[in-house]
Amino acid sequence: MTARYVDHVMGMPISLAMRGRHATDEVGRAAWAEVMDSLREADAVFSIYRRDSVVSRLGRGELALSDCPPEVTEVLALGEEAARTSGGAFSVYRPGPDGVVVLDPSGVVKGWAAERAAEPLRALPGTGFCLSAGGDIVCRTEDPDAVPWRIGIENPRDPSLLVAVVPVVDGAVATSGSAHRGQHVVDARTGRPPAGIASVTVLAASLTEADIDATAAYAQGADAATWLGSRLGRTGLVVWADGSTTTVHDGARVLPQAG
Amino acid sequence: MQRIVLWFMSTLTVVTLLFGYHTSTSSEMASGGTTSVQASPAVPGSTSSGTSDGTSSGSTTSGGTSSATTSPTTVTGDSTDTRWGPVQVQITVANGQITDVTVVDYPSGNGKDRQINARALPVLVQETLDAQSAKIDMVSGATVTSEGYIGSLQSALDEAGL
Repeated sequence: MTARYVDHVMGMPISLAMRGRHATDEVGRAAWAEVMDSLREADAVFSIYRRDSVVSRLGRGELALSDCPPEVTEVLALGEEAARTSGGAFSVYRPGPDGVVVLDPSGVVKGWAAERAAEPLRALPGTGFCLSAGGDIVCRTEDPDAVPWRIGIENPRDPSLLVAVVPVVDGAVATSGSAHRGQHVVDARTGRPPAGIASVTVLAASLTEADIDATAAYAQGADAATWLGSRLGRTGLVVWADGSTTTVHDGARVLPQAG
Repeated sequence: MQRIVLWFMSTLTVVTLLFGYHTSTSSEMASGGTTSVQASPAVPGSTSSGTSDGTSSGSTTSGGTSSATTSPTTVTGDSTDTRWGPVQVQITVANGQITDVTVVDYPSGNGKDRQINARALPVLVQETLDAQSAKIDMVSGATVTSEGYIGSLQSALDEAGL
């Protein structure tokens, strides 16, 4: 029996599947409430769409960094590290409407926030969970020998199709692409959307890592699979614009297949 | 000039923050920490007095008319432990603004607390997304908006409660 919970925050759906000891009881529901509280708190701190968010107030000079909660620093450091490891393709800065470069940490925040929000679920004994934040997923089974969660990877060229399925016992799956929100990721080195690529899915130990690497790889367009292959401990799937796919497994490109 | 001094002080605060936080896997707020920062070269004219209360910094686009220009100053903070391992950051300050953030030390491996245990490769398939037959628990895809959720396979999975 799998229990399902759904809510919305940051303009995206949050879906939770739980099974095992606390899947349907008050303890499990309380953990789910904590998940949503955590995500709403992250939104209040990091949303660039909310004028009263900490990041917005920081940008206007109404707050000093010393007044910001410590997770602001954590997210900024993650962003800088992602920029470095991606050779500048990933950036938490973007040109605003007036051309002035502004901080936009959303590329880091979603995965980081969902990974953090999953902590109350992780603390539930004998309970498996699979949490999706708008298509980026962190999950763990109720025990290491339980049936893995099966994560379907959407076909970016036709969201009514799956392109792959991957079983996960304990880890995260993130996908970056243009299927639902159009071209919102750009290569920060050129300011233009990447060419030749439809989506990148990354499996990693945490959603923080998976989400950042999926975006960083996608931003690199034709170099996505090569770059992802250089990342230790990452498994991934690149879907190219022509529908062909490349699977990347721990530093190696394997199984090139025509779509 | 006063603005520049305040900016420099707030950037020192940045460094303190950078190394003052602890792992935030729990919801508790790490309280500052006890790290100290050695900012070796002082900005000329800055005597580091007064308090920056956070409301006086001005915007990041200001300062262009200031006649004072200072050579870039680089400050390296202490290493601190995060949930990923030790992190150390260096910032460069010029004319009262952070011009660069460099991560000096950063864990290169995976999270040490858990094994991904998902070494399984994605199995390539071509399946119609039907909640009754797909035999999947969740769908990973490009970010779905709340508007786009309606009618998606994920919403079908959620409603089916499988």
